[in-house]
Amino acid sequence: MGNNEYVIEAENLVKKFGSFVANDNLTFKVEKGEIFGFLGANGAGKTTAIRILCGLLLPTSGKITVAGQNVYTQTEAIKKQIGYMSQRFSLYEDLTINENFRFYGGIYGMSRIKIKEKTAEMLDRLGIESLKNSIVASLPLGIRQKLSFSVAIMHSPQIVFLDEPTGGVDPITRRQFWELIYEAAAKGITVFVTTHYMDEAEYCNRVSIMVDGRIEALDTPRNLKDKFQAKNMDEVFLKLARKAG
Amino acid sequence: MLPIIFIIPIVQLLILSYAVTFEIKSIKLSITDNDNTVASRRLTGHFRSSPFYNIVGESSDQRDGAEMLHKGSAHQMIVLLPGFEKALVKGQPAHVQVVTDAINGSAAALMNAYTLQIIYDYNREILAEVSPLAGLPVKLTWSYWFNPQLDYKTYMVPGILVLLVTIIGMFLSGMNVVREKELGTIEQINVTPIRKHQFIAGKLIPFWIIALFELAIGLLVARLVFSIPILGNIFLIFLVASVYLLVVMGIGLFISTLTNTQQQSMFISWFVLVIFILMSGLFTPAESMPQWAQNLNMINPIAYFISIIRMIMLKGSGIQDIMIPLLILAGYGSAVLSLSVWRYRKTI
Repeated sequence: MGNNEYVIEAENLVKKFGSFVANDNLTFKVEKGEIFGFLGANGAGKTTAIRILCGLLLPTSGKITVAGQNVYTQTEAIKKQIGYMSQRFSLYEDLTINENFRFYGGIYGMSRIKIKEKTAEMLDRLGIESLKNSIVASLPLGIRQKLSFSVAIMHSPQIVFLDEPTGGVDPITRRQFWELIYEAAAKGITVFVTTHYMDEAEYCNRVSIMVDGRIEALDTPRNLKDKFQAKNMDEVFLKLARKAG
Repeated sequence: MLPIIFIIPIVQLLILSYAVTFEIKSIKLSITDNDNTVASRRLTGHFRSSPFYNIVGESSDQRDGAEMLHKGSAHQMIVLLPGFEKALVKGQPAHVQVVTDAINGSAAALMNAYTLQIIYDYNREILAEVSPLAGLPVKLTWSYWFNPQLDYKTYMVPGILVLLVTIIGMFLSGMNVVREKELGTIEQINVTPIRKHQFIAGKLIPFWIIALFELAIGLLVARLVFSIPILGNIFLIFLVASVYLLVVMGIGLFISTLTNTQQQSMFISWFVLVIFILMSGLFTPAESMPQWAQNLNMINPIAYFISIIRMIMLKGSGIQDIMIPLLILAGYGSAVLSLSVWRYRKTI
């Protein structure tokens, strides 16, 4: 990877809750346009880190910038540059698809025309234009997840954070979801994604693997497999986790 | 949800206005007349012919009357002892015993007042017969201003209207924010560049409009169903209501910024609301509460609004009459709203 333009830089990121250390000296950089996989078991500290990067949570210490802005002092400036799709489903279920797009587009200060264009483009891409006036609660989970993602990138953010976006979704929909991620990356949106499906790790440009609040490994999937002499990412992960446990 | 928001308050207004009344229409009376003379029968006859009394028992043994009071089948008993007429004829004081079930104190006081009035009338008759020229030295006449028929509904309905908009304002706005916390949508909002005051305004305005609509319908019902007079300017009522709503909704929003579940928020809102309602002067006059309670009412928005709306509707007060409480409400409103904006955290 060449041009070395970083959109996320974290140096010795520490987050403590009382005496519990959720993030222990995380240091990593994410390049522009990259798909960065943030892996780890449940409770390894992924969600805490992603919340800090999104400006939802203040870190205890460390030097962290997102989209060139400081996470301690410029959280609101960061929020203009990012999209976020949380673990929990976060569209308004009692609104229609169209209304959700209008609502979030409005919050990001997009014009009416721009919102209309984007909505049409996104729904066309998902092939669900006929559903635009359906209440979100009535849609199947797979479609809702793809919609959440579309809403998270409708304002063309620099970075999109996805916190376990494919939890509970069938394999076909997961594959389709990753196609959406690739398309977003091709448009220059940096994708920061957490997951605990190790097959998905293979789709990332680089992955970091967290164990007990620390980053134990950070490289491309291929290099990691070579280093740990593993057939796939699943084995890499198991070897790391066993070492720690 | 929207039909519920509109139908329930109207039902509430109809039920409360008809049911919540301190008027006593039928006092269940037990009579024990052991004198049984013309004079004593004349006194009991007054009770029999009064529309407010319902004679539920007559016995020569006053223990029967006491028994009925115990069981709750009578509200009040009167006892006339032998020698009642004789004492009157001789010009000596004659005694009448009145016993009232006073479990409900305010009802007992009312019943007593009715009964004393009847005995007083009886007294006057006898005096007039004994010395027709004497008469009573002071003749009292009175008139009741602003509510000449002393109609309870005229007094209650404006207050109940206040309760309706209060409940709508406080609960809908408060629950809504906590609901977003429970659903997790608030996290999505918090990663957007939305400003804190924009968020609070978004939570305020829709319910503010709904509550004002509610007030309009309530006033219409008050006018058409209960014929409550609206002497003052109706726009003044809406002006006060719009300021007042900012206060209660601000309190609701502030509670919701402090709590994490609808259950917690509901509990605190009810706690606050019940205290405010009971102290507001809706059911009992605030003037008769102890001083510390009256001082506490300085932070009770419901007390302000109830007294203002009664002034406007029943007295026809103008803006200059209600200026001070209105300004207090306005200051109060901006204080609690700023507090909720300050307390709403976009970071966890």
